[in-house]
Amino acid sequence: MITYEWLYGLAGAAFTIWSLLSLRDRRWGNAGFWALLAASFLIGSHVSDFVNGLLVLAMVAIAGLGGLKRSDPPTTGAEERQRLSAKLGNRLFLPALIVPLTAVAGTLLYNYTPLGQTGLFEARRETLILFGVGVVVALGAAMLWLRPPLLAPAQEGRRLLDSIGWAAILPQMLAALGAVFALAGVGEIIGGLASAVIPDGSVFLTVIVFALGMALFTMIMGNAFAAYPVMVAAIGIPLLVQQYGGRPAVIGAVGMLAGFCGTLMTPMAANFNIVPAALLELKDQNGVIRQQIGTALALWVCNVAIIYVGAFLL
Amino acid sequence: MNTWPLLGIAIVVVGFALRFNPLLVVVAAALATGVLAGLEPVAVIEALGKAFNDNRYISVTWIILPVIGLLERYGLQQRARAVIEGMRGATMGKLLVAYLAFRQLTSALGMKDIGGHPQAVRPLVAPMAEAAAMKTHGELTGDERDKVKAMAAATDNVGLFFGEDIFFAIASILLIQGVFESAGYPLTPLQLSVWAIPTAICAFLIHGARILAFDRRLGGVAR
Repeated sequence: MITYEWLYGLAGAAFTIWSLLSLRDRRWGNAGFWALLAASFLIGSHVSDFVNGLLVLAMVAIAGLGGLKRSDPPTTGAEERQRLSAKLGNRLFLPALIVPLTAVAGTLLYNYTPLGQTGLFEARRETLILFGVGVVVALGAAMLWLRPPLLAPAQEGRRLLDSIGWAAILPQMLAALGAVFALAGVGEIIGGLASAVIPDGSVFLTVIVFALGMALFTMIMGNAFAAYPVMVAAIGIPLLVQQYGGRPAVIGAVGMLAGFCGTLMTPMAANFNIVPAALLELKDQNGVIRQQIGTALALWVCNVAIIYVGAFLL
Repeated sequence: MNTWPLLGIAIVVVGFALRFNPLLVVVAAALATGVLAGLEPVAVIEALGKAFNDNRYISVTWIILPVIGLLERYGLQQRARAVIEGMRGATMGKLLVAYLAFRQLTSALGMKDIGGHPQAVRPLVAPMAEAAAMKTHGELTGDERDKVKAMAAATDNVGLFFGEDIFFAIASILLIQGVFESAGYPLTPLQLSVWAIPTAICAFLIHGARILAFDRRLGGVAR
């Protein structure tokens, strides 16, 4: 059976290569950082939680001391790229399409044909595993077609990775922070505070506090999933459903979407907001958030209206 | 109630506002929160290590970078621009609104992995949007180009967030179902996903209108 461990082996190998190339380039900070991440992928399942914790602290120390630098491996220039693009034509898109097609078509095939009964992939892990398969296939196809120098994919990948820098592990770090928050009971505290500020007797104001709590708590945690159970347990079910008799399906579904409006406005949702700013090499780290705020605020108002009308008036 | 663990949240907010390195801020917040909740420092480090280890699947996706980088070496971004330049009547507004619709519809059908920032926005959508904007408005300043690219990324996010919940077999729908079921309110995924549709329509109208307004403004300010 193919499990996530296979993917971790693949990722560990990739980060090891990136670390070695950084070492050859005398970028010590980069080499150390990517080596530690490679170690997390390769041996993380076999060492104690404390050792994993020390790995995390070491990576954070390197990043915090400004040890990660952009890199500039040899590549093609703008003019050459223009020429190659004209020569190769729209076929250049094909290898890029292999990855999503493998992930999507493979997941559908696996789930809706007898293929799923073979138990080839770890349960509910098939999409990410198929994504990994797609990457290997696309890389193989592109190498055979374009015949670049053997190290070219590793070097081009390193250029992109080093432009992302420490932001590459920020989403994973924030997930870890969420786990520590949960352990410390932060959710219960916030739920308690939120239900303490509820105005008595007004359905509309309670809807607003519920939707506001979802958005704000999501902004703090970086994703709506951490906020959701807390706000539903504090306000959604006891007040909106039980006391005021609102329709559970509307409160449940649209409450989550009010949280998603918060996701659009917070740097804590790093993989959606900070990582793309790095990937697109924007000068302003919050550039993506700035383009989203107008949509998020207007849509949040819509969600309040949808909850109020859908759950209480219809 | 011991509200001291909330200091961790304050550390996050202040740390991000003062632009300290976010990784440092996150670790400081985790350590402070854990210790203030009465945990031993070693136990907090263990919890952090375990959670980081359990969430490695998030960072696996970077293995796509060699593929994207290699194709860019051979002119993928230039190709994406050329396609747009060859299209008559292509504007950034129309392009991004079409991408918004595409991203919402495919996510609603469960195909959320078809878009995304490393595999679609950086190599394809952002260069296409830039080319289309330059076709209408001429040369752009660095700031304007950044705003166009940021709008491309924003459009990917909005399309994903407000499309995916219409698909009933998605993690967030299952979480909603689970939370309500354990409180004694059994709901079917379909009941929930139907209620994602009004917000999805609002998202398309609001963000679509903002994209078109942004396209018009870009021309007005620049020249």
